[in-house]
Amino acid sequence: MNVAIFILFALLCLGGALNLLLQRHPINSALSLIVVMSSLSVLYLLLGAEFLALAQIIVYSGAIMVLFVFVIMLLNAGEEERTHGSRAAYFAGIPGVLALFAVLAGTFVTLRLSFGGTRLGAFLVTTGDLSRVLFRNLLLPFEVTSVLILVAILGAVVLARKEH
Amino acid sequence: MNEPMTPSMIAFSPALRILPEILMTLTGVLVMLVEAVLKPRTSRKPLGIVAILGTLAAIAASVYQLFLPAGTAFFGTVQSDAFSVFFHLVIGCIVLVTLLISLDYFEGHTSFVGEYYALILFGATGMMLMTCSVELLMVFISLEISSISTYILAGYRKRSATSPEASIKYFLLGSFATAFFLYGIALCFGATGSTNLYEIAKGVADGASPLLLTVAFGMMLIGLGFKVSLAPFHVWTPDVYEGAPAPVVGLMSTAPKAAAFAVLLRIAYGAFGTAIHIWMPLVWIMAVLSMTIGNLGALTQRNVKRMLAYSSIAHAGYLLVAFTALAPMGIAAASFYTAAYAAMNVGAFGIISYLSGYNEARTSLSDFAGIARRHPVAAAAFAVFLISLIGIPFTAGFFGKFYVFTAAINSGNAWLAVLGLLNSGVAAFYYLRLLAQMYMVPVEPPREADTAHARPAFILAMAILVLAVFALGIFPGRILDLARAGAATFSGPANAASQTVPVALLRR
Repeated sequence: MNVAIFILFALLCLGGALNLLLQRHPINSALSLIVVMSSLSVLYLLLGAEFLALAQIIVYSGAIMVLFVFVIMLLNAGEEERTHGSRAAYFAGIPGVLALFAVLAGTFVTLRLSFGGTRLGAFLVTTGDLSRVLFRNLLLPFEVTSVLILVAILGAVVLARKEH
Repeated sequence: MNEPMTPSMIAFSPALRILPEILMTLTGVLVMLVEAVLKPRTSRKPLGIVAILGTLAAIAASVYQLFLPAGTAFFGTVQSDAFSVFFHLVIGCIVLVTLLISLDYFEGHTSFVGEYYALILFGATGMMLMTCSVELLMVFISLEISSISTYILAGYRKRSATSPEASIKYFLLGSFATAFFLYGIALCFGATGSTNLYEIAKGVADGASPLLLTVAFGMMLIGLGFKVSLAPFHVWTPDVYEGAPAPVVGLMSTAPKAAAFAVLLRIAYGAFGTAIHIWMPLVWIMAVLSMTIGNLGALTQRNVKRMLAYSSIAHAGYLLVAFTALAPMGIAAASFYTAAYAAMNVGAFGIISYLSGYNEARTSLSDFAGIARRHPVAAAAFAVFLISLIGIPFTAGFFGKFYVFTAAINSGNAWLAVLGLLNSGVAAFYYLRLLAQMYMVPVEPPREADTAHARPAFILAMAILVLAVFALGIFPGRILDLARAGAATFSGPANAASQTVPVALLRR
């Protein structure tokens, strides 16, 4: 049962990601991104990360995607114009991506036995476990993220505001 | 703050381990808040001076950290030791000089001068945190802080077409690179079950899935390679350096690179120290590629900023040569090289920002013809920086290269040193071509756009840098001792034993 759910949502996730790239209209791409995010959250749930799964839905599928769609609507972004792509993309980019995929796939296939197996949905990471890591062991990175957000806000103001 | 204390006995707050970063962040917030209440058309120089004072305080705090026993804080996420202090000082000095150069550069040209100072301070916080983190997630967050602030700084000349282009190119490729770094962290966690460098080192020593670790290291190397513009991940460099404002290029070609190299040193020698055979070939290839592509690329450039961009790729390659040397020597040589390179490169871009001004009036090689006649002092300073970039004795560049290549030869990598020396020979050609333009080519009729005149802050910055270039070239002793003390902290997990080295160093 779990395996069936995994395969279903993994395929949905991949399909959404491909559709995102192939669609010409930004709204369609944004909507496929919601499919990707939501199916990812099901995969998290299968791995027992219930908090992460719900945060994924609320934050990514909900808040961030609403912003995405709003921005696309506000800018009235039309259909994208396709070019044939640069020559560098064909001669270096595509072989590079294929090589990278081959290396990663080869690594995981070679190591699949030493990784061992886990039963999907067999264990649960509770919010308590998560917060212990987040607010104790990784307290400093968590706090420093506020500086990161401050920099991003500052940058948005600088880049978006007109010079007087 | 500076009262003498016997380290090991006094319990101190963990916040002291990140004191320079805290001071930088507070100054940044202060600058931001004051900027909001200042009237729109008034000078922003006081904010720049506040930023400079904050940077000085952070530098002093870094020196103070030498007196603390080396050790970790915040559940093993950060570690202050001689190594982190060395890089804190390098980054702090780069930021200080950049602030001095920018004090008059942006005035009257953009209405975001206050935000500029704040972004530099926050960016420096990120870079400093990178050098003292021993937890990869901490490295990741601080890398992002440093990167995002530099993406924005690159686009500061908003009215020109090239600057926003530089910003967006840097942003897209930089984010792409960060994704590689993050994936490398994830694979590292998969192989060893931790993102803490000491835990990873244990896992690596136990021989946990070498294949996965190789891929993980490769991914992190790609991510950091992008940030320090190592070939073959260098393609963004010329375009970004050409478009970004010159003082910002001086900063971003040195400070974030110093921080990223510090992270790479901690990962390569600290976490993967027992698996040197995994990463040595990768580093070897990237060093050769960077030196060759950088120098050959620079030969064909007519734009001075692009030429220096290719030269910075080559210098990243020289620096990587130090990585192929054995542990303490290689680390010390690499650390010293970041300091030497920072002094000369910030100086070169400082002079360019002075000579070509906010509107980048001088960019191509021929624009620099006869500069020596019209701006003799600036030309002389530029000549010092270029001579140091070539690596002529009595300058920082010479000693930097000398230590790097000696370390490589002593560790049995003579061929790499030979390739590096050949490359330095090629490099001499394009630096000398610029020098010849400045000194040999007859003066053109002066053009009306030439309004460059030096301000006190700029003169002070250049004086500091020229002195630094000569000091690192003639009396490198004390800096080198600090670099060696930093390298010594890698010999084992931080413990009380390493505390006496730096203290003795300061009292000498």
